[in-house]
Amino acid sequence: MTGVLSAIELAYWQQTTIRLLAGLVAVLLLTGGVVYLYLFKFVSFMQSRLGPMEAGPYGSLQLLAEVGKWIQKEDISTKDADKFIFGLAPAVVLVSTFLMFVVIPAGPNAVMADLGTGIYYVLAISSLSVIGILMAGWASANKYALMGALRAGGQLIAYELPLVLGVLGVVIQAGSLNLQDIVYAQSNGEIFGISAIGNPYILTQFVAFAIFMIAVQAELTQTPFDMPIAESELVAGYQVEYSGIRFLVYFIAEFATAVGFAAIASTLFLGGWALPASWGFSDTAMHVIGPINVSIKAVFLVGVVFWVRFTFPRFREDQLQRLAWKGLIPLALANIVVTAILKVVF
Amino acid sequence: MTGLFAAAPSAVSFDTPANIAFAVIAVVMVIAAVRVVTTRNVVHAALWLMIVLGGNGLLYLLLQAEFVAMTQFLVYLGAIVVLFLFGIMLTRAPLGRSDDLDNDQRWMGVAVSLILLVVIGYSLIKTYSDDKLTFGAVRNAGTNAQTQDLATSIFVDYLVPFEVVSVLLLAALIGAIVLARRD
Repeated sequence: MTGVLSAIELAYWQQTTIRLLAGLVAVLLLTGGVVYLYLFKFVSFMQSRLGPMEAGPYGSLQLLAEVGKWIQKEDISTKDADKFIFGLAPAVVLVSTFLMFVVIPAGPNAVMADLGTGIYYVLAISSLSVIGILMAGWASANKYALMGALRAGGQLIAYELPLVLGVLGVVIQAGSLNLQDIVYAQSNGEIFGISAIGNPYILTQFVAFAIFMIAVQAELTQTPFDMPIAESELVAGYQVEYSGIRFLVYFIAEFATAVGFAAIASTLFLGGWALPASWGFSDTAMHVIGPINVSIKAVFLVGVVFWVRFTFPRFREDQLQRLAWKGLIPLALANIVVTAILKVVF
Repeated sequence: MTGLFAAAPSAVSFDTPANIAFAVIAVVMVIAAVRVVTTRNVVHAALWLMIVLGGNGLLYLLLQAEFVAMTQFLVYLGAIVVLFLFGIMLTRAPLGRSDDLDNDQRWMGVAVSLILLVVIGYSLIKTYSDDKLTFGAVRNAGTNAQTQDLATSIFVDYLVPFEVVSVLLLAALIGAIVLARRD
């Protein structure tokens, strides 16, 4: 930063407020951009249609129109619903989503809280959203909602294990749980003495990357793992009784979680905000390049998630569980053993 | 999150924000714990239990045990409470009050918990009454130092107890599978 800016001393609460606002704006902008880019346009082109074209140039303001529509709708619930839990459930999901972004670094200093247990914190916090889903399904007083919530519970528990075990490979290789340390380990790393591109862990941990992305797909309940909200059998699963602004909260949480997990994946496997250290960019330049860099990588990875979503048919419940317990978890454990052995050998 | 408690850089023995935070969390936890056993709705009981376990994790954070706190969130909130809720909803998930939840052993329960309180309280006071907890600045913020300390004590100092516990858990796991599979 320039001399003028570095001369400004901010109190702790001022820094926190600025970081919160900047983080919120970044998350909402990225989420909205992803929804427009992939959910509205990308899928339309895949299906040989134009998608929204009326609101704004190329339908770019369609999302604002949709948000306006949802906010105006009446907030209704079923007669037998447990009103308090019913209202609390979307908040639980949204909070657990936004808390994920607290530790994602976007530059040398651009991280809200540089926790020593960074990636472990992300996994712990993201596992809380399933509580909100179970609360929603139960409090809706609707059997479809309850079945959707049960399916979501079973699926999210099953796919949390490969998610955690897959990440362990990266943690072993970087020797740290802190996301900044993992970014620097990739930026400063070298492969067989070649440091031209650093060492993005997608090259050495490609098994972990594949496991992580599959598990993320399941955690997001995106097709082919969308049994919990299967619209042809369960209407919309745990979301069926929600309308108006509460449904909007689920919608935002779903896509913000997609952005969050994509940002985590790009931090763990694609080098995060950093460029390879051998390219010689200073910290000053990275304050500007870093956030752009990690955003582009994250949006690209969300694109991969949506590409799979719009391409594959739905898994059956037993196939889905078999893939997690008999396929991904043994593979992740094998990856940990191999990584640990190679870590000791080299 | 730990930054929240890093307000005072100097090592003071009585840190007001940390003590206020402890008091608030403790009161919420006690209320929630009482509601777990008095509520008339089994799903509400599980959700109150979630508040108790989450408050426990926050207490670990106050003691700067970051890794333990995250484990508390991941295991107890993300897995055990979810498993409780899952089990309740898979069998029966009554909305509203159910009157058959009361247990006629409640006085026995009160007696057992009082005895536990006395035993644990006595042993804690006996052992640690001379130690002073210092809150204040977070030591080694943003590094793995504390996680490494924890790993060292588990895998070096207490390796044998750790392995014994893992064998015990494995035995319990196999036993559960044997009991569940009748064939």
